[in-house]
Amino acid sequence: MSELNLAKQQDLTKSTLKNLSPLRFITCGSVDDGKSTLIGRLLWDTKAVKEDQEERLRKDSRKQKDGLNLPEFALLLDGLQAEREQGITIDVAYRYFSTSKRTFIVADTPGHEQYTRNMATGASSAELAILLVDARVGILEQTKRHAMIASMMGIKQFILAVNKIDLANYDRQLFETIETEFSEFALSLGITDIISIPMCALKGENVVNKDLEHMGWYEGPTLLEALERATIRSKQTVGFRMPVQRVCRPNESFRGYQGTVSGGAVKPGDSVVILPSGIKANVTNIITFDLVRNAAVAGDAITLELDRNVDIARGDMISSIDARPLVGHNFSANIICLAQSGIVANKRYWLKSSSKLQRVVVEPISVIDLKSGQYNACDSFELNNIGKVKLRFEEEANFDIYDENPDTGSFILIDPDSNNTIAGGMISAKIEQVANIDNFNEEEIIVFSMPLVEAKKLQQLEGFKEISDKVQQTQTIKSKLRNLLSDID
Amino acid sequence: MNEPENHQKPPLEPHLKELENEAIFIFREVAAEFENPVMLYSVGKDSSTLLHLARKAFYPEKIPFPLLHINTGWKFSQMIEFRDELIKRYELELISFTNPRGVNENVTPFTHGSALYTDIMKTEALRMALDDGQYDAAFGGARRDEEASRAKERIYSFRTPDHRWDPRNQRPELWSIYNGMIKKGESVRAFPLSNWTESDVWQYIRAEDIPIVPLYFAKNRPVIERDGMLILAEDKRLELAPNEQIKQMDIRFRTLGCFPLSGAIKSEARNIDEIIEEIEVATVSERQGRAIDRDQAGSMEMKKREGYF
Ligand SMILES: Nc1nc2c(ncn2[C@@H]2O[C@H](COP(=O)(O)OP(=O)(O)OP(=O)(O)O)[C@@H](O)[C@H]2O)c(=O)[nH]1
Ligand SMILES: [Mg+2]
Repeated sequence: MSELNLAKQQDLTKSTLKNLSPLRFITCGSVDDGKSTLIGRLLWDTKAVKEDQEERLRKDSRKQKDGLNLPEFALLLDGLQAEREQGITIDVAYRYFSTSKRTFIVADTPGHEQYTRNMATGASSAELAILLVDARVGILEQTKRHAMIASMMGIKQFILAVNKIDLANYDRQLFETIETEFSEFALSLGITDIISIPMCALKGENVVNKDLEHMGWYEGPTLLEALERATIRSKQTVGFRMPVQRVCRPNESFRGYQGTVSGGAVKPGDSVVILPSGIKANVTNIITFDLVRNAAVAGDAITLELDRNVDIARGDMISSIDARPLVGHNFSANIICLAQSGIVANKRYWLKSSSKLQRVVVEPISVIDLKSGQYNACDSFELNNIGKVKLRFEEEANFDIYDENPDTGSFILIDPDSNNTIAGGMISAKIEQVANIDNFNEEEIIVFSMPLVEAKKLQQLEGFKEISDKVQQTQTIKSKLRNLLSDID
Repeated sequence: MNEPENHQKPPLEPHLKELENEAIFIFREVAAEFENPVMLYSVGKDSSTLLHLARKAFYPEKIPFPLLHINTGWKFSQMIEFRDELIKRYELELISFTNPRGVNENVTPFTHGSALYTDIMKTEALRMALDDGQYDAAFGGARRDEEASRAKERIYSFRTPDHRWDPRNQRPELWSIYNGMIKKGESVRAFPLSNWTESDVWQYIRAEDIPIVPLYFAKNRPVIERDGMLILAEDKRLELAPNEQIKQMDIRFRTLGCFPLSGAIKSEARNIDEIIEEIEVATVSERQGRAIDRDQAGSMEMKKREGYF
C-alpha cells in the first residue's frame, strides 16, 4: 500500500472511532483495593499522561518500600490535598482518555464507606463497573455494597478485577475461589455479565499489557480489551418524553417549550399530551439554533412549538398519547440514603426528577442487610442504607419505571431544612389505587402472592388489565407476608 | 432576537453532539432555577465555546443573563478588541469589572509577584463582582480535564456566602438531576463544559465555526524569554530587563490570560486543522504555559477554595 493510502486508512479508523459514543465506566470496591492506582496505570499505559504531568507525578510520589521505583499512580487521580495527605480517595474524579478503538470517560470512586455518596454519584451515569478486590482479602461487605448500588442503578456489565495478585503469589486457585464467590453473590442481584481478571494494577499486569510471565494460566482479555469490547445501552425507548425546562418567549408572537428529549422521538404533526393537565396538542415545529428539524430523538436538546396556546410550565411533561408514563399519587422505589441525617418517615421532603420539584412524604418499607442479602422491614433510613420505600405525593406525579427509562424514572430527595441531597432513588412501580375491599363478597376471596417480577408480568397481561380495578394489590416483603398468611386458616 | 449564523453546517459527530446537548441542558436548568445568574466570560477559547452554547440554548430568545469579564487590566490588547467586537455583533450585555483596590494600590504582576497579583486582581475581584451583582449562579467554562482538583468538581458546585468551595463536602450529584436549592447569600457555580476535553473544544470550534482570538493561531511575533516562558513583547507596559532581548518567532498560545503570565509555544499551526493536529501529538499539557499553576503543588485547589473560578 502506498503511503498516501495508508494515511487515508488511518484517517478512516480515526473518524469511525469518533462515531462511537464514549464508554462511561467507574471503578469501585473497598478501601485501598487499588482503584485509583488502576486508573492511573491505565492512563499511564495508554499514554494519556503528558510530560509535565509525569514530571509533577514523579516529584510528588513518596519513595515506595517495594523497590520497584514506580510512581504513585493514584496521585494522578487523587487531586485534593486531603486525599494526597491521607492516601485515600474522598470524592469521585472524572478522567477522559482514548485508544485507537474508543474513547472513555472514567469516574474513579472512593472505597471508604463514609464517602459512599460519592461512589453513587459516579455510578449513576455509568454503563460498566470495574469492581476491585484485593486478592489477599477477598470479597468484603463494602465490595457487596458497591456491587449492589451499581446494579440498582442499572449497570449491567461488571469487570471483577482481582487485584494485588502479585502479593498472593499469582495464585490461580485463589483467583478462581474469589471469582466463584462473586458470581454466586452477583447472581442473587441478577448480574450475569461478569468478566473476571487477575491483575497487578501497580505493575500494569493484565491492565493494558498481558502478563505471560506470572499469569500464563489466565486466558481471558486484558482490562483494556474488555473495556474496548463493552456495549452501550440504547437510549431509545418507546414513548416520547420531554420534560419542560423552560418556556421561551422572545416576543409576543412566539412561545416555545425548551427541554431535552428523554425518551422516544417526535416529529412535526405528532399529537402529544401535557401532564399533569392532560391537555392534548399537536407539534408544529421543532426548533434548534442550526435549523428547523423534521425529527428529534432521545438526547436532543430542542425547542417545541405547539399548535395551540395551552398552559404549560416548567416541570410539566410533554408525552406521546398512546405510550404515557405512569401517573398517580403513590409509587414504590428503590433508594439509597446519602446523608448523615438519614430519612425519617412522614417528613415532607422535596423530590426532584426531570426538572420538576415536588413535595413528597417517604414511607420506609425495608432495608437490605448486606451480610445476608435479606430485606428487613424498617421505619427509617440511616446513612448508606439501601432499601425500598413508598412515595406519597401531594399532587399527581408521573414517572416511568427506572429499568425502562432511567431519565424519567430517577429522582433525588432534598431535605428542606439543610437543602442537602439526602437520597437517590429509582422508581420500581406505581402503587395502584386500592380496590375497594368493601365491595368484595365475604366468602369468595383468593389471596395470591408472588415475587414482584412475576407480578409485573401478570400486570402486563391484557386480561389482567381488564379486571385490575377489582384486584387489591399490595407490595410487601416475605416476613410480613408470612405473618399475614399465618392468620388466615 | 438571537440570530443563527449558518444553516448549512454538516451534522456534528455524535460525541460532540452529546456534549453539546449536555451543555444546553445545564444552561437551561440554571437559567430556570436561579433568580439572578451571570456568565463568566474570559475571552478565551473555552469562553467562546461557552458563549456559543449559551446562544444555542436559549434561541430564539437572547441570552437571558449578562456576561461578566474580570478584567485585570493586563489582558492582551487583542483580547479586549475581540471582546468588544463580539459584544457589539451579538448584542450582548457585558459587565467588565476591575478590582479598584488593585488599581489604587497599583498592583501589577511585575511588582507584586504572580501569586499575590492573581489573588487580588482575579480571585478578590471575582468575589467583589459577584457580591456587587448579588448573583446566585455563575456559569464558568472550566473543564474537568484541565487539572486534578477540577476533575473532582460537580457540575453545580456549591459556594458559601463568602464564595468558598468545600471540596470534602460536596453534594452528591446523581444522573443529571442537579440540586439548585440554596439559602440567601449562597450561590452555585455551574460548569456546562465539565466533561469536555481540550481536543473536544477545538473540534467543536472547527465544526461550529466559532470565532476566537487570533492569538491562538501561529504567527511571527516578537517575544522575550523570561523564567523559561516565552512572553509576547507587543505591549508597551512590558519592561525589559537589561539581559532580555526581543526575538521574532513563530508562536501561538494554548491558553490566554494576562500577557505577562501567559507563556506562548513555538508553533506552525496557523489554522484550526493544524492546531488539532498539534495537540493530538503534544507531549505536554495545556496548562504548562500558565505561571499561576506552577507556583506550588495543589495551588489550584487552594485558589478555588478562596473563590477563584
Ligand atoms: N503490590 C501491589 N500494590 C498495589 C496494587 N494496586 C494498588 N496497590 C497499592 O495499594 C495502595 C492503595 O491503592 P489506591 O489505588 O490508593 O487504592 P484505592 O482503592 O483507590 O483506595 P480508596 O480510593 O481510598 O478506596 C497503594 O499503596 C498502591 O500502591 C497491586 O496490584 N499490587
Ligand atoms: Mg482511590
